[in-house]
Amino acid sequence: MSSVRRPEHLAPPEVFYNDDEAKKYSQNSRIIEIQEQMSERAMELLMLPEDKPCYVLDIGCGSGLSGSVLDEQGHFWVGVDISPAMLDVAHDREVEGDLILGDMGEGMPFRAGTFDGAISISALQWLCNADKSSHNPVKRLYKFFSTLNACLSRTARAVFQFYPENSSQVELITSQAMKAGFYGGVVVDYPNSTKAKKFFLVLMTGGNMPLPKALGTEGESSSVQYSKKREQLDSARNSRGKSLKNSRQWILEKKERRRRQGKTTRDDSKYTGRKRSGRF
Amino acid sequence: MKLLTHNVLSSKCLKGVSVGYPLRLNATDIKVVDVDYNSEFVQRMIPKINYSALYDAAQSIGHHNGLPDTVAEDYEHNEEFLKAVHHVLLEVDIVSGDLECPESGRKFPITRGIPNMLVNENEVNEINDSNGY
Repeated sequence: MSSVRRPEHLAPPEVFYNDDEAKKYSQNSRIIEIQEQMSERAMELLMLPEDKPCYVLDIGCGSGLSGSVLDEQGHFWVGVDISPAMLDVAHDREVEGDLILGDMGEGMPFRAGTFDGAISISALQWLCNADKSSHNPVKRLYKFFSTLNACLSRTARAVFQFYPENSSQVELITSQAMKAGFYGGVVVDYPNSTKAKKFFLVLMTGGNMPLPKALGTEGESSSVQYSKKREQLDSARNSRGKSLKNSRQWILEKKERRRRQGKTTRDDSKYTGRKRSGRF
Repeated sequence: MKLLTHNVLSSKCLKGVSVGYPLRLNATDIKVVDVDYNSEFVQRMIPKINYSALYDAAQSIGHHNGLPDTVAEDYEHNEEFLKAVHHVLLEVDIVSGDLECPESGRKFPITRGIPNMLVNENEVNEINDSNGY
């Protein structure tokens, strides 16, 4: 079922993102909002110098939604995408950055050391598919990462938000990135949520640095996994309306029930449900 | 397409092409747009770009007015020079034409300002790595 819902399985990107699909990226406010949120988070992970205008590469720029986030922060960008329909939408939106029609898997056609950083929103998973008989995902990934590494400056980072299909895909992507000379790894935001869970591949060129912290991971996972069984049982019993047997609450409820049935019952007092002292 | 983008593009992804830079620029339609002047960005880009390639490209399309043929020595403080570079880098927009690989002569068409850098699979440069795939 999941395979039906993944656009990568339906058609190659240049076919899937046709005019109808591309229109959604300029009209559907929900898609726009999600894309912008992910771009903002990717920018956070990219950690560009704050007060300097940078030159950034946007891979799979589509209609230029992520580019707008770059514009807002005062950076200049160049976008690459394989779908002419999406680029037409970007062109009609009059985005600030320059657009290039290109295929990630054929390598990034840029001079060495050009960009201060690279971002990519929901594009990387397309590389894991072979849409033509000549496509070899492993080779295409390697070619993409090695040419990307070359066109970034030596302190640059590259941040990819992507939707991996399974864990072996994550492994395939990261192993090819490391082979191409990158450092870094995957940051998973909100790992306990099905919907908000987001994968970010954070790659560094200059040397290994600690990965940024993922969002939504504070303590939640451990407390959920080791929840106390007895507490759960107690709360389950209470929810059914019955108290723990032999407790004062249980006795009071039982006496109340007997009174309702018209049976003789002693009055409630402060001694109800108390244990006798051992000196009896 | 801005001349800044032209300045960073290369065709080294093609088979048998070792440098693939600079691409020859043939413009049939050029538009001049207004882009906000950002002196810091231009200053940061000057050491990065290939200045002679920029000058040659600007000259080939006749937009090199006011652009000296070499980088001014104190370019950080030379406002006039920075503004001239800003104009050529960001404000001259190639709407249609093509880019030509200097080695193989392969042409990449530019339509609506978007260069088409897609290549056929038989033109792609095979990567020489010890991947073992």
